[in-house]
Amino acid sequence: MPNHIDTRRRVLTNRLVMGISTLSAMLGLAMLAWILGDVALKGIHAINWDFFTKLPPPPGETGGGLANAMLGTLLLTATAALIAVPFGVMAGTFLAEFGHGGRVAAVVRYVSDILVSAPSIVVGMCVYLLVVVPSGHFSGWAGALSLAVIMIPVVTRTTDEMLRLVPTEMREATLALGAPYWRMMLGVIYRAAAAGMTTGILLAVARVSGETAPLLFTALNSPYWLDGLNGPVANLTVTLFNYAMSPYDEWHTLAWGAALLITVSVLVLTGFSRIILGTRIR
Amino acid sequence: MAPDSTNNPSQNNPKDASSGESQATVEQTSPTRDTPVIGISPHKKMRKPYLEPSPTASSRVEKAKVSVRGLNFFYGDKQALTDNTLDIAHGKVTAFIGPSGCGKSTHIRSYNRMYDLYKGQRAEGEILLDGVNILSPGVSSLELRHRIGMIFQRPTPFPMTVFDNVAYGLRLRGRIPRSDLAGRVEEALKGAALWNEVKDDLHKPGAHLSGGQQQRLCIARAIAVEPEVILMDEPCSALDPIATGKIEELIDEFRGRYTVVIVTHNMQQAARVSDYTAFFFMGRVIEFGETEEIFTNPREEQTEAYITGRFG
Repeated sequence: MPNHIDTRRRVLTNRLVMGISTLSAMLGLAMLAWILGDVALKGIHAINWDFFTKLPPPPGETGGGLANAMLGTLLLTATAALIAVPFGVMAGTFLAEFGHGGRVAAVVRYVSDILVSAPSIVVGMCVYLLVVVPSGHFSGWAGALSLAVIMIPVVTRTTDEMLRLVPTEMREATLALGAPYWRMMLGVIYRAAAAGMTTGILLAVARVSGETAPLLFTALNSPYWLDGLNGPVANLTVTLFNYAMSPYDEWHTLAWGAALLITVSVLVLTGFSRIILGTRIR
Repeated sequence: MAPDSTNNPSQNNPKDASSGESQATVEQTSPTRDTPVIGISPHKKMRKPYLEPSPTASSRVEKAKVSVRGLNFFYGDKQALTDNTLDIAHGKVTAFIGPSGCGKSTHIRSYNRMYDLYKGQRAEGEILLDGVNILSPGVSSLELRHRIGMIFQRPTPFPMTVFDNVAYGLRLRGRIPRSDLAGRVEEALKGAALWNEVKDDLHKPGAHLSGGQQQRLCIARAIAVEPEVILMDEPCSALDPIATGKIEELIDEFRGRYTVVIVTHNMQQAARVSDYTAFFFMGRVIEFGETEEIFTNPREEQTEAYITGRFG
């Protein structure tokens, strides 16, 4: 086969594939820009002082805000993190440090991977059946629990991966100084993996802070100020869901505002975690 | 391979007699160093010339710090060491040489029971540290590692400041007053010839140092706790020649103060820094003796083939 024909074909194929790849990337980015732009344009009208300080208005009235829902979402997410982080970190430590090739570790790792991709509404339904039905009422605790169930596998697997990235030499060097295993973990290994673990936790927080489904059946929602976690708790995502479905224009505006707020918080959290990962000491 | 050859009585070498008088000239040619010398000892010898037969060719050392007797080591079912027997001389430098996978590292890692960390790895036989068998279950590996320090192939600064790196081992051994701690850290950094380079950066992360500095940081961390034995598993294999030279000078200074065991792939290095050399092959100690003897007049054909570069 003459050589120059072969070369021309290869150049052509290269251009074609390059063109398709670029187009696909542009399409994806355009979608993202469209969504972000739409949310920003429509949500920005809702953002004012009242939005952050007032209760939602009754249907048909203008003004008001989603202060109670913001507070509720913050509290639910924080409580979920307080439950999930210790569990997840300990489970991840077990996987990375003590589960070497064991059957238990293999099962735990497999189940975690399934849980990571489990539909969040299924988690919500489970908590509904296990907590809400027996207790007889919706509660913030149930909401926090279902968020925690979603967070745990993410934190577990990130901790596992990050701990396994710490070189064996680091462990051996610490132990060679006569350190007991637990002091090695606390003083050296967690520190070496800290940036990655923090990133994993922040990403898990970012993920659950935008979840609606697990809260629909657990924390429900409320138009009132926060009154502990024993009753229904107002939160941004379910409020957004309800208001977007409502027939009132004022509520639509507030829903767009909530959408913008959630999007920006998730972006900030994700960006923040990337910065942490970027500055980690190796 | 000749497994029985390890215990052969040494043959005397006709050239042996010529060695004695050249000692004085060796002393004079020693390089002067700018770093403070720690642990000056009467038998402190500078680098020995490459070709000089030793007066004796004994396979036992004068005063053993560690005596290995019939050491076998297993990775699961696979036997990695077979019947290793040798002595590590007190206050001297002993080098382990041999081709990759021959068991040098496995051997050295049983001195501080590093293998305890891994399931399925076990050692049989005796490793006597000052006469006590450290392989017996009664010996705590934590206490053992307080007495036997180790330097690894890759520098392993901990994710903390230079100061905290060196203080880590000291803090493990209990509370120390702040002023004492600073003094001991400084002393250890001086001992590792690193003080002058890091004294203004003690509170910067250890990982920000260069590779050679990181390795000397690890050495400072190891000597801060005053171990009796220092194990070095290819400490220079990740370093450039200048950094390697500095580590070798340190090893030279350690002679007399610490008992040093160094695994190396670099035969010139073994010849430069060590008093005794053991040649390993396929998990056996093929030959052990004074370094000059091994390098100038090896008893075993395999040793000679290896050091002259014909295999390995």
